[in-house]
Amino acid sequence: MPTIKSIDDLKRLREEAQKVKELRDQTGKTQIVVGMGTVGIAAGARETLKEILTFIEEHHLPDIILRQTGNIGLGGQDPVVQVILPGAETVTYGKVTPAMATRIMEEHVVKGNIVHEFRIEA
Amino acid sequence: MRELSLHLLDIAENSISAGASRIVISVREDLVADELWLEVSDNGKGMSPDMVEKVLDPFVTSRTTRKVGLGIPLLKQAAEACNGFLTLESEPGKGTKLTAKFQHSHIDRMPLGNLEDTFITLLLSTPTVNWVFKYQFNDQCFEFDDTEFKEALGDLPLSDFRVIEFISNTITNGISNVRNITTKEGVVYANH
Repeated sequence: MPTIKSIDDLKRLREEAQKVKELRDQTGKTQIVVGMGTVGIAAGARETLKEILTFIEEHHLPDIILRQTGNIGLGGQDPVVQVILPGAETVTYGKVTPAMATRIMEEHVVKGNIVHEFRIEA
Repeated sequence: MRELSLHLLDIAENSISAGASRIVISVREDLVADELWLEVSDNGKGMSPDMVEKVLDPFVTSRTTRKVGLGIPLLKQAAEACNGFLTLESEPGKGTKLTAKFQHSHIDRMPLGNLEDTFITLLLSTPTVNWVFKYQFNDQCFEFDDTEFKEALGDLPLSDFRVIEFISNTITNGISNVRNITTKEGVVYANH
């Protein structure tokens, strides 16, 4: 698929995606949630979220739902990132720098292995 | 907070919490008048005059009485320190509009920072909101309304890697074009 340059390309992409979607079984999607309250933003949540977006883009990851939320309420742990694999429990990571986000994406989101050293109790 | 664009992200977060379905963020750099304007308006649940006063005051309230953090008082203080001001107009059931003005060349004015990333972050992480971004640099303007994109997308998620790339490019190029056109016209300003 070449780079999208116009709205028409986007429509074509949508039609293609529709076909793929019909073929694929219902395995569900991975959810990634980034805490973006005032404290989170001040602690670098935007950069962390951008890193996650860049990772998805560069590695062509399908079926990821990225969301932001206000303050997750884990004082002093910002930026907070939560990963929810289909059918699995929510895993919460604290003080996630862009470099840590890359590792979480590689290890947890792609390979399915929780990165225990970054994990915090939520 | 070290960038005004991070403040914008924070203010927009309040609009999201207020249940807004449409949020307009507008940034205007006017180097002739030496002004920098930020504006965030939403159609969320709005606030009573009493509440407006509370969110502007960093001391009176605690987190249990309002969902808004320290973000607004911090931005207000930053604007006032730069010969500017911050106003908050709100009406229950209608929405809220925040306006902040800075003296563009003021030595204490924090940089605008990475506006592109703020816009991209908001758009891609809160797809349920209709986002409108406006960036004006002197007389050149870039405006982005995500309605057309979302209609074209249909069921395709915004987090599709090709969509991320497209949206990032559109916003980044849009903003840098506005700045470049102005520069090419040979207008040189002391503080830029």
